[in-house]
Amino acid sequence: MARTIIPFGPQHPVLPEPVHLDLVVEDEKVVEARPSIGFIHRGLEKLAEKKDYVEFVYVAERICGICSFIHGQSYCQAIETIMNVTVPPRALYLRTVWGELSRIHSHLLWLGLLADAMGFESLFMHSWRVRERVLNIIEATTGGRVIFGSCKIGGVRRDIDPAMITHIQSEMKTIEKEMREITTVFMNDRSVKSRLCGVGVLTKQEAYELGCVGPMLRASGVAQDMRKLGYAAYKDIPVEPITRTEGDSYARCAVRSEELFQSVDIIRQALERIPDGEIAVKVTGNPNGETIMRTEQPRGEVAYCVKATGSKNLQRFRVRTPTFANLPAMLKVLQGCDLADVPVLVLTIDPCISCTER
Amino acid sequence: MTPEQTMEPIAVETLLQRVQKMHEDGYRLVQIHATTLPDKLEITYSFDLDLRLASLRLHLPLEEPRLPSVSTIYGCAVLYENEMHDLFRVQVDGMTLDFKGNLYKTAVKFPFGSTKAPGVTCAAIAPAPTPKPAAGAAPVK
Repeated sequence: MARTIIPFGPQHPVLPEPVHLDLVVEDEKVVEARPSIGFIHRGLEKLAEKKDYVEFVYVAERICGICSFIHGQSYCQAIETIMNVTVPPRALYLRTVWGELSRIHSHLLWLGLLADAMGFESLFMHSWRVRERVLNIIEATTGGRVIFGSCKIGGVRRDIDPAMITHIQSEMKTIEKEMREITTVFMNDRSVKSRLCGVGVLTKQEAYELGCVGPMLRASGVAQDMRKLGYAAYKDIPVEPITRTEGDSYARCAVRSEELFQSVDIIRQALERIPDGEIAVKVTGNPNGETIMRTEQPRGEVAYCVKATGSKNLQRFRVRTPTFANLPAMLKVLQGCDLADVPVLVLTIDPCISCTER
Repeated sequence: MTPEQTMEPIAVETLLQRVQKMHEDGYRLVQIHATTLPDKLEITYSFDLDLRLASLRLHLPLEEPRLPSVSTIYGCAVLYENEMHDLFRVQVDGMTLDFKGNLYKTAVKFPFGSTKAPGVTCAAIAPAPTPKPAAGAAPVK
């Protein structure tokens, strides 16, 4: 049978950001997907050689507009490790709360995009309606909706007062109830299941060999979550990775859905146990040393490789983002799929091109 | 480095053998990255097994840096290797998927590489000079 190449992207209704795929199809079966990325590569890693390491937190936060806080947190943790800075416990708990709020709003964003890709518009709007509640908490506590600007080397810039803690605890009850209603549809609706079950299966072995991270890896049965490293408040609030064994698009949706409630639980525990005290320590001098800092973003493990030589500029700043690690798996699941499933499969890795093109 | 991280220096000649061993031991490839030092290029391969991070490190000359590909062992390495080529001018031999310099569409070739490398000069990285106004042109305010 003759083969046809169908260009998919870089501008496409299902893609929030530019990435291109040449889909080689036989009839309506995709036999191969050839990727092109790099349309908006920004060279932010190179900028570390020009910017002061303290002000570079702002740049790290702007690598991505969704997991911006955890980018800033990972960068700060890397510098703090090199400089042996002990961050006050209250700041560690605040970082955990904001990090988990980021995870909830990222997963709700993804659920909405997935519903939109499937043509389930009301589910898309409900997902984003609930997400607004989370963004309102973030705005009330940091002043920003997607770029928080609240993490700094040595701690955090803002505290959360007792009245706000009570408000967040109350709001989390409403958010949890509404998320329960939405995820019940994602998990049980016949039309959703028919678009996701058995589509884009990635075995445990394949996911591990292809270097997958985050929900992509856990949905294939590998229990790996960087929060188990015990950074921030995760040493006091243990996290058990949520896994599924099916390895298909439904399993990836299920993992992200269940992680929403895990994050609510972590936020509750953190707010109940948050210690009193300072929120930052003064950091002086310049970093001299090297570390690889790994944290768990909503999309999976991020690796910050930072090398400093005692000057105010870093010698090397390198970020391996989760989407970059999940791209080979996306190409794998596209092989042999139906053309109509391509939008869902591209979304199934929760692609963030902004992160990839850092 | 933190206690759960290890860094093992290796030679280019033993790269494939060491990476093969990591694969056999069940390690997941976390990342590969290059760093331009004043007199050499530093390449780091990081692997994870049960949250332990093990890295291999080797050095290449700034002139004509060249490496064998590990993509036949870890298929996902091709993106990191193409990235090293496009940003640092590292020639990686035997990649299972070679974008031939087109993974990233950068305005300057090999923007993270050494300015000592052939074909890459400081002038190429520096912004283009402002053209002189033509005779009789109105001054720019």
